[in-house]
Amino acid sequence: MSAATFDRRNERVTLAPYLLSGPALLVLGTLLVIPLVATAVLSLHSFSLYKGIQNVYNFDNYVDIFTDPYFYAIYARTFRIALIVTLLSILLGAPEAYILNRMRDPWRSGFLLVVLGPLFISIISRTLGWALLFGSTGLVNQGLVALGLIDRPLQFMYSETGIVIALTHVLVPFMVISVWASLQRLDPQIENAALSLGARSGTILRRILLPQVLPGVLSGSIIVFALAASAFATPAIIGGRRLQVAATLAYDEFLNTLNWPLGAAIAMLLLVAILAIILGCNRLVERRYAQVFE
Amino acid sequence: MSFLILDQLTKAYGDVIAVDRLSLEVAKGEFVSLLGPSGCGKTTTLQMIAGFVEPTNGRITLDGGDLLSVRPNKRGLGIVFQSYALFPHMTAAENVAFGLEMQHVPRAERERRVNETLSLVGLSSLADRFPRKMSGGQQQRVALARALVIRPRVLLLDEPLSNLDAKLREEMQIELRQIQRTLGTTTILVTHDQSEAMALSDRIVIMNRGRAEQIARPDEAYARPASEFVANFLGKTNQLAASIRETDGRKVVSVGAVVWPAADGMHCGPATVAVRPERIALTANGGVSGILRNRVFHGSHWLLQVETDAGAVTIIRQNDGEALPREGEAIRLSWRAEDMSVTPGNGSDA
Amino acid sequence: MRRNGTLALLFHGAFIVYILAPILVVCAVAFTSKGYLSLPTDGLSLRWFRAIAANRDFVDAFWSSLWLGTMSATIAIGLSVPAALAIARYRFVGRDAITTLFQAPLMIPPAVLGIAFLRFFTQAGISGTFIGLVLSHVVIITPFAIRLVLSASTGMDPQIEHAAISLGASALAAFRRVTLPMILPGVVSGWVLAFITSFDEVTMTVFIASPRTTTLPVRLFLYIQDNIDPLVAAVSAALIALTVVAMIILDRTYGLDRLLVGRGSD
Repeated sequence: MSAATFDRRNERVTLAPYLLSGPALLVLGTLLVIPLVATAVLSLHSFSLYKGIQNVYNFDNYVDIFTDPYFYAIYARTFRIALIVTLLSILLGAPEAYILNRMRDPWRSGFLLVVLGPLFISIISRTLGWALLFGSTGLVNQGLVALGLIDRPLQFMYSETGIVIALTHVLVPFMVISVWASLQRLDPQIENAALSLGARSGTILRRILLPQVLPGVLSGSIIVFALAASAFATPAIIGGRRLQVAATLAYDEFLNTLNWPLGAAIAMLLLVAILAIILGCNRLVERRYAQVFE
Repeated sequence: MSFLILDQLTKAYGDVIAVDRLSLEVAKGEFVSLLGPSGCGKTTTLQMIAGFVEPTNGRITLDGGDLLSVRPNKRGLGIVFQSYALFPHMTAAENVAFGLEMQHVPRAERERRVNETLSLVGLSSLADRFPRKMSGGQQQRVALARALVIRPRVLLLDEPLSNLDAKLREEMQIELRQIQRTLGTTTILVTHDQSEAMALSDRIVIMNRGRAEQIARPDEAYARPASEFVANFLGKTNQLAASIRETDGRKVVSVGAVVWPAADGMHCGPATVAVRPERIALTANGGVSGILRNRVFHGSHWLLQVETDAGAVTIIRQNDGEALPREGEAIRLSWRAEDMSVTPGNGSDA
Repeated sequence: MRRNGTLALLFHGAFIVYILAPILVVCAVAFTSKGYLSLPTDGLSLRWFRAIAANRDFVDAFWSSLWLGTMSATIAIGLSVPAALAIARYRFVGRDAITTLFQAPLMIPPAVLGIAFLRFFTQAGISGTFIGLVLSHVVIITPFAIRLVLSASTGMDPQIEHAAISLGASALAAFRRVTLPMILPGVVSGWVLAFITSFDEVTMTVFIASPRTTTLPVRLFLYIQDNIDPLVAAVSAALIALTVVAMIILDRTYGLDRLLVGRGSD
């Protein structure tokens, strides 16, 4: 498509595209690269309560993080939560996208709006809603008790379960988007073709639909995992001060303990881990499915 | 003995009647085309036979049994969709094998039949290729193989060739007919291309606004169109202003100065004469007079556009090396009485 | 296409409840007449909405966010339109790399960006300033703006520009009179999306905001960490209402499903 917009004026090398994209390049380039490099450098410094940040260069912070079980537990929690949230969003989001796809308008676009709309609402507002719902006298517990499912209120607030529920709520729309996009690319006649060849609904779902939707599920998973692992506001509000994840830990070091170098190291590790996962998984998905899909 | 019977098949969407009491009997091994412009109901009819659309009224009988009570995945029909609808995550061979898997055909026989059918459509070398890596023509053959390998009772083709370029389409038409003749499969083709329908079919059903205007052999429908719509849809036809008079006690049709005997039941008054371009000849004497306005070259033949007092006429002249009249020249046209159809009344309201 | 069965619809119903529950609860609590967290079972009251107006912190933070969003979105669009046109109209060395670079901020965790900017701004001496906030927000929201303007630009037939030029228009005139009007829906929706993203942004901003230049979401976040009362619910409810308005604008100019998925639903 863009290939077809090959500009005939451009058969000679022209500066125009560089001039046009220059400002954006400059702004984004410098404002991304320099701060990140500065942070990487910062992570190599040391810190002491009395002397502040010292301009030495060593890997002490990283050694600290890798050896101290305290940090290990936090990173483990971060990725554990991210994994569970990803799995839950697949279990909830993929079927929902499928169900939405089968609806007719006006229901279809209406519900799509309802499901995707919350993405535009501030995450604080959404998480506040969960904080209101959780809590020993919150609506969720009230409802469960009223239904007779439990005797005493469950602990949602300040628990991993609570974080998982709230975070899944925040991120499941991304899974719906991804699966929906791959469903839109399907030729609707394919289901009919499988029918005409004798397949039952179950077989069609398993052998025809699922394989075609899988790339969408996988790329959605990558997005959800990355966002869940780097989540800040939701774990901070629902988890509270005692249940730390990587992002809230970095915040703590920076704004409370003021150990900027350590905070920087935490941030760098998180960045590297997430980039590795995103790029690695993207490569895998592309290689596996390039032959089959566009 | 009719193999597939459509009886008063009707489909209505609210006030809109997509298919209007269509009745058709197809013999075993016959190739029938549903032909008509878009919106005429031909695809809806196919979908009702396939089971993807429920008829509002009417019955479908296949080999003596009621087809409507059978679910779509049990009807044993082979369908080639307009978009081919190949499974993108399966190779060509896997696509073709799918229907056999659904029938629980054992692996060895399955492989044998898949290979057999792939070579029938000339795609043996592409068995392990994915659809995305195939050309349109190749995809089309895979779709055909997939439908044929299950030995369907009826083969349904929904505009299968419309996405191919002209040359490829012609080649596929010939192959399609050959394969169908070899296998003897009862086939229903949906198309809007009248030359395709006429070339391939044993009989055609010309449809317009949900109704079958004519069901006949191609040459019959062409020579004796049952309605003005059919006459205009199949090939080209000229409409000329004429009148029916009574002379010496006999009724005659006259166009300009030329007269032909008229059928007995005709009333006097204005009339319209329809005659095909290929049935009109240039004559030296007599005939309808006109002026040649335009000559259009089409390779194997010329189209001559002639202006007469009775209206504009197009005639066809083979490119046989004989001299042609020049533009602006006065010429005379003639045709046989049996090559024209007469309709009382003036003008043509489609 | 076959219809959804009862099981599917039940699942869907539960899903919708899950999605809407927190949002509805916030709006409900905002209308309570009591002085503590409760549902408005005694009737709706606007006392907490009135309380917002009396709270200087929130009101200031709101204007701050509004102003920040407007400036950042406008700058982001100003950068995005030429960049998108460059990518859409020309094939040049580095085109793919540049396109990827423009989407790069999305791959970096906002917390990491917050830390990076905090460090950078401190060293540059603009820590805690409004300009620092603007710069950081521009970085984060430009990928969205570019994406929307780009899709509008590539969707537009480039021959139309050539037609204008062949009729005597200069490059600038062609852009102003022909291209810009045609990509305007993309530009407007890009601006709105960028604005919304900036307005809602909290994770990165919480690192670089200072008490003088704080945004509404940050103010809310800090408040919530200490206590949760109907006041925050009211502020959130008001924000939700504003968001709905913005979403309607987006839907009218661009189409929300097309925005999020890249293609209209059939």
